[in-house]
Amino acid sequence: MNPQPPAETPPPPATADVVAPQNMHVQAALLLVLMVALVAGAALYVMYARGVFEATQRLVLVANDSEGIVIGSDLTFSGFPIGRVSRIELGADGNARMIVEVSSKDAHWLRSSSIFTLERGLVGNTRLRAYSGILTDPPLPDGATRDLLVGDASAEIPRLVATAKELIENLKALTAPQSSLDLSLGNIRTLTEKFGGRSGALGALLGDEKNADKILLALDRTNALLARVDALAGKADTQVFGPAGVMKDAQATVVQLNGLLADARASLKKVDAVLVEAQAVGANARAGTADLGALRAEVESSLRKVDHLVNEINRKWPFARDTELRLP
Amino acid sequence: MSNVLDALLDSLRRLNHLTLRFMARAWRTFSFAAVILSLLLTPASYRGDNRVAIEKQLVAGTGQNVLWFTVLCSLVSLVLIRIVVVTAISYGLSRFALEMVVRVLVLELIPLTAAVFVALRCTLPDGVELAELRARGALDELARRGFDPVGREALPRVLAGVFLVWLLVAVTCVVSLLLAYFTIYGFTGSAFAGYTRVVGQVFSPAVSVILLLKTLFFSIAVSLIPISAALYDHVSNTLRGRSKAARELASMVRLFSVILLIEVISLVGNYY
Repeated sequence: MNPQPPAETPPPPATADVVAPQNMHVQAALLLVLMVALVAGAALYVMYARGVFEATQRLVLVANDSEGIVIGSDLTFSGFPIGRVSRIELGADGNARMIVEVSSKDAHWLRSSSIFTLERGLVGNTRLRAYSGILTDPPLPDGATRDLLVGDASAEIPRLVATAKELIENLKALTAPQSSLDLSLGNIRTLTEKFGGRSGALGALLGDEKNADKILLALDRTNALLARVDALAGKADTQVFGPAGVMKDAQATVVQLNGLLADARASLKKVDAVLVEAQAVGANARAGTADLGALRAEVESSLRKVDHLVNEINRKWPFARDTELRLP
Repeated sequence: MSNVLDALLDSLRRLNHLTLRFMARAWRTFSFAAVILSLLLTPASYRGDNRVAIEKQLVAGTGQNVLWFTVLCSLVSLVLIRIVVVTAISYGLSRFALEMVVRVLVLELIPLTAAVFVALRCTLPDGVELAELRARGALDELARRGFDPVGREALPRVLAGVFLVWLLVAVTCVVSLLLAYFTIYGFTGSAFAGYTRVVGQVFSPAVSVILLLKTLFFSIAVSLIPISAALYDHVSNTLRGRSKAARELASMVRLFSVILLIEVISLVGNYY
């Protein structure tokens, strides 16, 4: 198809139209090298960006719904991506299992007590986040399986709307013209008007100005009474604490009472001695009573012997009465 | 009634004719692709004068085009990045700005723009040039002298077109990623880890494969279709009555239809 021309054949006319640049071989080779380097460099960079050259450890996150998570989604810790989802599969129990490759240099942030959340925002991607409360706990082992806590903002909207609607209904009922709040505000207005009246707060509290006048009159009389009580107290003070007051007599009485108490204490001591004596007498009496028991036993024994002796005599004695009845 | 039937038959005949023509053209393009592929796999295609021709086409097609396309694409990218970032910030979605920039620019706009640029600047003019060579009888002359006109004239232009699309896509993607980084984070290196992570999330294996396939098919389409049209259009009698400009326009429309089709398929692959 492409036979080689003879050596002496001049170059074909068509390609002669192209102007040959200087060092064409070198330029063509450089262009080829440039393109190969660019394509290879881009491929290597993309592989690096996808974490191909990164040492990782595996973490399995289990959730009942993996919607929004795609291969390559980031797992973040404090806002920094530390791992990416490499596979999503449906487990035997019907839950979604997300296999996350966590880079080994960042794996120390994950502890055995770490929790993992899946958050679906209103705008943007679904996010996987890790939280480690206690960084001194043992590190998360390779291949660990953890449950995901799911926080779905959009799922809360219907409930939020229903609650907001209820709140607005309540507010509406509260602020209606004949509502309790409106009536209460009217009452407060009446009350404040009464506060500003002649009898002030007292009139508002008692509901009537006549009653307020009575209270004021009672207060006046109470004041007068207090003045009199004050004078009375002054007089009582003079009589009690004055030079010829009761207080001095009371002090003398107290002194006498002290003497009486000393005498009473001496008498009590004597009574105490008497009681000791009485205790001794009681003890002797108790001993005597014990001897009496033995004496009584002996007497009883002697009596029983005498009784026995008499019975013997009566039996042996010839004049003993025949007490036996003989029937014919 | 017979008029209606005649009209219907006429339409069906026209449809049949159009379908046959479309299929014939598609067949010619595929057979040309097979020829190019067989030449690519033949070591003799890279020896001697063929190698010189390939190098000439590579260097001539690449030099100025890469520079200008990179400059223009950087300016447009800068404007687009700025628009996306400012809009995202104004909606409070700044954390999605980078992902959006990467998706819009690198995945969608740059490959498409590069393909259209290469078609307009290189392969369509190459096709015209080849058609002129053929009209002058230069290709027949080559064949008479024992050279393969496809291997000598078509293959270098196709290879140059494919290579230029890949080079432009690679260079401008890298430049756009750098511009996005510096526009969003400023001249600091501390945001590189987070930036890399976002880029990694965008370039999932499926998306990367779709980007590569899209670039590959763009490069093949923009290189093959104009050259194939230039080499084989004379077989078709339908275009004989048209002017040269009309033929070039028809070839361009055909090319852009294929580019659009590839873009739609890639969008479906990426987002469904």
